[in-house]
Amino acid sequence: MSVDAPAQTLTVALVGNPNTGKSTLFNGLSGIRQKTGNYPGVTVEKKHGTFNHHGQKVNLIDLPGTYSLAPRSPDEMVTVDVLLGRQANEIKPNAVLVIVDASNVERNLYIVSQVKELGLPTIVALNMGDIAADRGITVDAAKLQDRLGLPVVVTQANRRGGLEQLRETIISLLEKPATAAESPFPAEFREKVDQLQTQLGKVSPDTPRYLAERLLLDTTGYLEKEMIGGGQDLHNWIVEARQSLAQQGQPIPAIEAISRYKWVQQVLEGVVTREANRRVTLSDRIDKVLTNRIAGTVFFVVIMTLMFQAVFSDLVAGNLMGGIEWIFEQVAGVVDANLADGALKSLLIDGVIAGVGGVLVFLPQICILFFFIAILEDCGYLARAAYLMDRLFSKIGLSGKSFIPLLSSFACAIPGIMAARVIENRRDRLITILVAPLMSCSARMPVYILLTAAFIPDESYLFGLISLQTLVMLSMYILGILAAVGVAFTLRKTILPGETPPFVMELPSYKFPSISGVLSVMVEKAWAFVRRAGTLIFAMTVIVWALSYFPRDEKAAVAPFADEVVQLNADLETANTAEANAIEERLSEIQNEVDGELLRHSFLGMAGHWIEPAVRPLGWDWRIGSAAIASFPAREVIISTMGVLYNLGGDEDEESQPLRETIKSAKWADTEENVFNIPVALSIMVFFALCAQCAATLAVIKRETNSWRWPIFTFVYMTVLAYVGALVTYQVSALFLLN
Amino acid sequence: MSKLSQLAVGQEGVVASIDASNIAAVRLMEMGMTPGCPVKMIGSAPFGDPLEVEIRGYHLSLRRTEADLVELES
Repeated sequence: MSVDAPAQTLTVALVGNPNTGKSTLFNGLSGIRQKTGNYPGVTVEKKHGTFNHHGQKVNLIDLPGTYSLAPRSPDEMVTVDVLLGRQANEIKPNAVLVIVDASNVERNLYIVSQVKELGLPTIVALNMGDIAADRGITVDAAKLQDRLGLPVVVTQANRRGGLEQLRETIISLLEKPATAAESPFPAEFREKVDQLQTQLGKVSPDTPRYLAERLLLDTTGYLEKEMIGGGQDLHNWIVEARQSLAQQGQPIPAIEAISRYKWVQQVLEGVVTREANRRVTLSDRIDKVLTNRIAGTVFFVVIMTLMFQAVFSDLVAGNLMGGIEWIFEQVAGVVDANLADGALKSLLIDGVIAGVGGVLVFLPQICILFFFIAILEDCGYLARAAYLMDRLFSKIGLSGKSFIPLLSSFACAIPGIMAARVIENRRDRLITILVAPLMSCSARMPVYILLTAAFIPDESYLFGLISLQTLVMLSMYILGILAAVGVAFTLRKTILPGETPPFVMELPSYKFPSISGVLSVMVEKAWAFVRRAGTLIFAMTVIVWALSYFPRDEKAAVAPFADEVVQLNADLETANTAEANAIEERLSEIQNEVDGELLRHSFLGMAGHWIEPAVRPLGWDWRIGSAAIASFPAREVIISTMGVLYNLGGDEDEESQPLRETIKSAKWADTEENVFNIPVALSIMVFFALCAQCAATLAVIKRETNSWRWPIFTFVYMTVLAYVGALVTYQVSALFLLN
Repeated sequence: MSKLSQLAVGQEGVVASIDASNIAAVRLMEMGMTPGCPVKMIGSAPFGDPLEVEIRGYHLSLRRTEADLVELES
C-alpha cells in the first residue's frame, strides 16, 4: 500500500494530455531536483521532482501524458493507481495539477472531468496561450475558474511564465479542504455505480468509487480480470446493469464520452471565443505542405537523410568519436607507462579502458540522434512521420509509430529502443524493441568493411556504377530489415498476439522547438546510456577479459622464443640503426606470437576449441569461434580479437592491410587449406548482421521492458537466427563457389 | 447515411453515431468524436491511409478502417 507523506510535505501529481508542455512545466517547477526510475512490473517511467516555496517542500510526481484516465492495460493502470494512492511504494498525492492546452481546451477538459471525480484538490494550469492567440482563440481564465470550481493558473511553461503564481496556488491548497467529487453522468448511471461499489465492498472493502465506475464502463474485460478475477456473480451483475442502462438510452461505453463532452460544452459556454473567420495559421500552411503526397514525401526523405548524414558525418560525429577514442588511448598510455606488466595492467587496458571506451565511442552518434528525435518531437513532426509511414508498418501489424525507433536503430539500437517509448501500446512497443537490434547498426560496419574488402572481388557492373562490394554490404542491411519483418510478423502470430491497435492519434500543431527542452532530453537519455556503460557493460567486459587472460602460463608461451629473445637483445646492444630496426621488428613479431599463444590457451581459446564442432558447419575454425565469443560485449571487438589470435597484436582495425592479408592466408591446423574464403566471409557477416552481440543493447532492453525476460529472449532468438542464417549462407554459397 | 471515411478532402460532416463495440471507437470518442460533433476531412497520407481530420479545433489521424466505424448525419 501507499506510504503516507510526512506532515506538511505536499505531494502533487501532474497529469494532462500529451503535447501540452507538461514535461516543460515539470522541469520548470522542479529544476534539476529530479529522480527517474521505473514502476515495478510495468514499463512506465517514474519521475519525481521537488521544489521549495517559502520553506514549504513540495514533491512532484510527473505521470505519463494521457488523453483519458481509463485503464485498459497494466501500464495505464499505474497512473490511476498513483492518483488513488494504491500504487505500492508511492506517496499518495495530496493534490492533482492538470495541464490544459489553451489552444485545445475542449478536448483537454475531458481528463479534467475525470480528475474531478477523484475528489482530490485540483489545480488547472492553462498553458500554451501563445499558440491559442496565434490561432485567434481567447480563453477567459477567470470565467473558466468559476465554472470549474477549481483554481485556474495561466502559465507559459516554455518561457517559465506563471510558475511563481502556480507554486503559490499549490501551497495555498494546504489550507483548503478537498473539493467534493463531481460526476457528469446521468442519475441512473451514478446509481448503478453506487450499487456496484457496494457489491464490490463485499469482496474488497476499499474499492474507490472511481474504480467501480471504470469497471462498469470498461468493456474490454481488462478491469474485470484485474478487480474481480473469475467472480461470476459480479460479472453477471455488471452485464445486466449495462443492459438495463442501454435500455434507458445510456449505452456503455459511449455514455462516458457523451456525458463528459456535454459537461465540457456547458463549462465552456462563453469561456472560449474564436475569431469569426478561422485564421489559417502558419501551422496549417506548413501542415498542408508536409502532409502533401509529393511535397510531404520529399521533405520527409530529406529530413531523414539529413539526420543520418549528421549521425555518420565526419564533421560532427566522426571528429567527436575520434576525440573520445583519442582520450581513451591517452588514458591507456598513461596506465601503460605507470604500471608494471601483469594482470592488473592488462585488466585496466585490455578490459576496462578498451571495453568501456569501445562502447562510449558511440556516445556522439547517440547524442546526435536524440537531439534530432527531440527536435522532431518538440516541433510536432514526429507524429507526422508516424502518420506518413503508418500504411507500410500496418502491413506487418505495427503502426507508423515504430518508424523512428527502427530508423534510429540503423545508427545504434540503443537510442532506437529508447525512442520506442512514444509507442503507447505495450505489445507494439515490445515488438519494436525486440526487432530493433536487427537493423544493421554502425558497430557492424567495421566487420562488414574488413570482410568485404578482404574477400569480395573488387568488381563493378553497369559502367562502374554498382560495385560488388557495395552490393554485398547493402545486402547485409536488407537482410536485417527482412529478418525484422519476419520476426515482427511471427511474434504477432505467436507469443504477442492481439488485434492491431488503433492509430487514433493527435497531430499536434507545429511549434518552434524549445532548445533547452531538446538539450535536456538529449542529456537525460545520453546519461542513461552512460550509466549503463558504467555498470553492466563494464561487468561484461571484465568477464570476457578474464576469460581471455586466464589461465596464464607465460613461461610455456615464451619458452620457444626464449633463446632467440636473449640473442636479439644482446645483438641490439651493438647494432646500427638499420639492424636495430630489424631486430625491434622481430621482437614485436615474437611478442605478437606470444600474445596469440597465450590467448589460444586461455579459457576463451579453450571455449573456442570446445565449440569448434558447433561452428564447423558455418565454415569457421576455433579462432573465429573464440572471437565471436569474445565479441559478446560489443560486435566490433571481433576485429581486435582476431588481430591477437592471428598474431598481429590487438591494435588492428578494419582498414588494416596486414590483418586482411593474414586472415586471407590463415590455414586449418595441419593442412594447407585456407580457413577464409568467400563463403566463410559471408557466413561471418550474416552471423554478425543477425546476432545480438551487444551488451549495451541487452542492458537497455532490460531497462525499457523492466524485466530480464526480454533481453534474454532477444539474445536467444537472435543468436539462433544468426547461427541458422550463417549455416545456410555457408552451406549454400559453398555449394556454388567452392569445388 | 454516409461514413466518415467517404468524406472528400475539404468536405465537412456531423457525427451521427459510432460503432462502440470496437476499442478504436472508444478511443475516438475519448478524443472528442461524439454524436453531434462537426468533423472536416483534411487529407490522407501518401499511401491513401491513414486519414487526417479536424475535430473540436485540432487535427486527428485515424485509419480508414477506424473511420468506417463513424456514421455521419445525412
